[in-house]
Amino acid sequence: MERTSTGVPNEKMLMWAFIGSECMLFASLIATYLAYRGRSLVGPYPEDLLNIPFITVTTFVLLMSSLTMVLALSAVQRGDARGSRVFLLLTAVLGIIFVGGQAIEFSHFAGEGLGLSRNLFSSTFFLTTGFHGAHVTAGVIWLLSLWVLTMRGRLGPEKSVKVEVAGLYWHFVDVVWIVLFTVIYLMSGS
Amino acid sequence: MAKIEAAVPGEGRGVSTYAGGVWSWITTVDHKRIGILYFVSGLVFFLVAGVEAMLIRLQLAAPGNTLLDPATYNQLFTMHGLTMVLFAVMPIGAGFFNYLVPLQIGARDVAFPRLNAFSYWLFLFGALLLNSSFLFGGAPGAGWFAYANLTSSQYSPGHGMDFYILGLALAGAGSIVAALNFIVTILNLRAPGLSMMRVPLFTWMTLVVSFLIILAFPPFTIGIVFLLFDRMFGTFFFEPLGGGDPILWQHLFWIFGHPEVYIVVLPAFGIISEVIPTFSRKPLFGYPVVVYSGVLIGFLGFGVWAHHMFSVGLGPLANSVFAGLTMLIAIPTGVKMFNWIATMWGGAIRFRTAMLFAVGLIAMFTIGGLSGVMHSSPPADLQQTDTYFVVAHFHYVLFGGTMLGLFSGMYYWFPKVTGRFLDERLGKVHFWLTFIGINLTFFPMHFAGLHGMPRRTFTYPAGLGFEGYNLTSTVGAGITLVAVLVFLYNLIRSLRSGEPAGANPWGGATLEWSTSSPPPAHNFDRTPQVRSRDPLWNDGVGPPAAEEEIHMPNPSYWPLVVAGGALTLAAGALIGLPVVLLGAAVMVGGIYGWAFEPIHG
Amino acid sequence: MTSEKAAGIESGGALAAHAHEEPHASNRTYVAIALVLGVLTALEVMVFYVEALAPVLVPILLLLSGTKFALVVAFYMHLKFDANVLRGLFLGPLFIAVAIIVALIALYGYVL
Repeated sequence: MERTSTGVPNEKMLMWAFIGSECMLFASLIATYLAYRGRSLVGPYPEDLLNIPFITVTTFVLLMSSLTMVLALSAVQRGDARGSRVFLLLTAVLGIIFVGGQAIEFSHFAGEGLGLSRNLFSSTFFLTTGFHGAHVTAGVIWLLSLWVLTMRGRLGPEKSVKVEVAGLYWHFVDVVWIVLFTVIYLMSGS
Repeated sequence: MAKIEAAVPGEGRGVSTYAGGVWSWITTVDHKRIGILYFVSGLVFFLVAGVEAMLIRLQLAAPGNTLLDPATYNQLFTMHGLTMVLFAVMPIGAGFFNYLVPLQIGARDVAFPRLNAFSYWLFLFGALLLNSSFLFGGAPGAGWFAYANLTSSQYSPGHGMDFYILGLALAGAGSIVAALNFIVTILNLRAPGLSMMRVPLFTWMTLVVSFLIILAFPPFTIGIVFLLFDRMFGTFFFEPLGGGDPILWQHLFWIFGHPEVYIVVLPAFGIISEVIPTFSRKPLFGYPVVVYSGVLIGFLGFGVWAHHMFSVGLGPLANSVFAGLTMLIAIPTGVKMFNWIATMWGGAIRFRTAMLFAVGLIAMFTIGGLSGVMHSSPPADLQQTDTYFVVAHFHYVLFGGTMLGLFSGMYYWFPKVTGRFLDERLGKVHFWLTFIGINLTFFPMHFAGLHGMPRRTFTYPAGLGFEGYNLTSTVGAGITLVAVLVFLYNLIRSLRSGEPAGANPWGGATLEWSTSSPPPAHNFDRTPQVRSRDPLWNDGVGPPAAEEEIHMPNPSYWPLVVAGGALTLAAGALIGLPVVLLGAAVMVGGIYGWAFEPIHG
Repeated sequence: MTSEKAAGIESGGALAAHAHEEPHASNRTYVAIALVLGVLTALEVMVFYVEALAPVLVPILLLLSGTKFALVVAFYMHLKFDANVLRGLFLGPLFIAVAIIVALIALYGYVL
């Protein structure tokens, strides 16, 4: 590791700056979603389709993946090879379950007549949650790559910053979902 | 290129030698070479956009002119604006960042050298993709801010707008990546003793600009993604027929567009904050105030976007708030003017060409700033908006401010980059022709605008009183063109046979002047220790650090591969799904190749 | 912890200092946070279904999800224990982002 002026590793600072940038990306999407709420001219409308119990389960899955992520990092930092492998894989699997849930939700909506270009709700809903889903997917690929490294014994404590940076990304994606879950699903009735 | 190779000092450490040849430039990760690439590309696009401007001026030289048809005219002013702002001024600024920031902070390179090369290729590919639209059925013609719903498939049926979306998505991503890199570089790679309040002003402004880029480009990216989906998949984001609101585009665009103004002008402010102290032989007056006002401009820049939208009718409350914030932002800008003037006051001023351009900026930007304050007031703006008055305003800011600053920087740092001076006599000709040319071009536009001449119309009838203003503007544009040609001649001639310059020909105070001209590949033989704000003036460089191992990153072609994949993916959106998938595959493969490539040999 | 420190010393001061800076929460704390997150999520969903709370639904939801957001950022992302510069890198942009959401919602005539 190189000496840095602030003591923070370069990769970690890069990720935090990137997260700052991502805040603006998701802010634009959320602002658009809210500005266009209730402006669809034809149905189906959010309250017709959104399945709160189902999405609560996938939300919980993503939340728990943040826990496994932080445990994976802690295992890598301790040099606990087995823990690193288990928790990295578990995090990725939870991510896959979340994205799978999203795929089921999307195809269900499409089956109910809410295609991408149905109305303003479909436009904003699919792009906002789709952007988030793409982020989760990228995170899953990243985590699986790290998992392969641990399987080959190439991710010791001296490289923990790699996992830390991936973890920051993963938690941020989770945090965005905390907001989206509230804004899109729980506020849909008001 | 040959000069860079020739000027490696004889330390014999083996890390200083530059390989030659085109391949070495394609695979380079050296911040200085990437800086030169940015600079040269930016200069080429400056000429392209200049030719577009000349065509526009020739068309407007006389009433009822038929040199250009309306559709071509629309494409030309659209591409002129886009190219100048995003592919000329920003890359030339990026050239300065790349070349100078590591030198000014006593670092060997940026924090992520391969990422830096990647940013360059993304910018270049984005710019080429957008400009290639001329060959494939016509360029976008809806103006650089591309208001919805002029941009819908109904009103922009060709592929021009698709090129706009895809080209700017690539270039924008490149800018974000570069900015992230520079934030980390400036915060993390400073030489020992170089605290933030000792960092040279140019580097400070680079930091502010980098933050503006990472925060301003995402809303724009979202805007163009919405537009892409509206055009390709029939969504309703900007489509009133489906309940969408075209005004949303204006919000997203100007949340980006206004900070973008500071993205292009703050580097120029940084440059002249270096030039003026050097040529006045005085430290910058009120350094902390200049830093803080730069930060404040950047911060407030996010709160003023709707002043571009007064004519939308957002309501008295919204208009008042945005008008107030806009007037507020004039204060930190004005403060800087006084800092520069106070720096010159009582100094031993040498009017070399770099200084002339810097002083020119102060005068010209003040004019542009004052007309800006004029239309910060909604009632006045409603008279001025969409007329040539606005065109006059932002050309005073962009040419009179930014370009003069960039020229100043070119004369100032050319000796550092090449080891030779730009010719002073030709430089002064360049300055005076530019100064006369731009004022002749842009000053009459104030009057044309106040007399009611709308912008973006391809011609005007005789007898409305616009003829004299327009002819004067066209003559001025011709003079500016001559000035640019003089500059190019100077550049080429001085590159070959300019007067040799030493390490610190102007007596500058900052660290880049402590190493040879041009600097070796590793910049500094020993990492400097900084003890004051103007280290070369105040004996502020301590004894160098102990003998150290120098590791320079290896050249890499992966940045080019990944950027090439991104270009393929973007082009695939217009060609077909297989090309998209191919591009994605190349990108993913490239990222893995990149991740597992050993950085140091 | 020992291996972490050893690695830090091997690779120079920065990592050691960095590792030192983060006495971050133990695994037990992480699990406790996860429990709190789960409970808060359950509360959110409950609030959604209670008709009587409809008039104050939005403020309650904002409070609950804001708390979840803060917990993840502070503990899982270690921002509570990490360098000041990182807090600035995140909170500055977050402020601008939230301000822009609020401004756009206001401009579009909604009051949350």
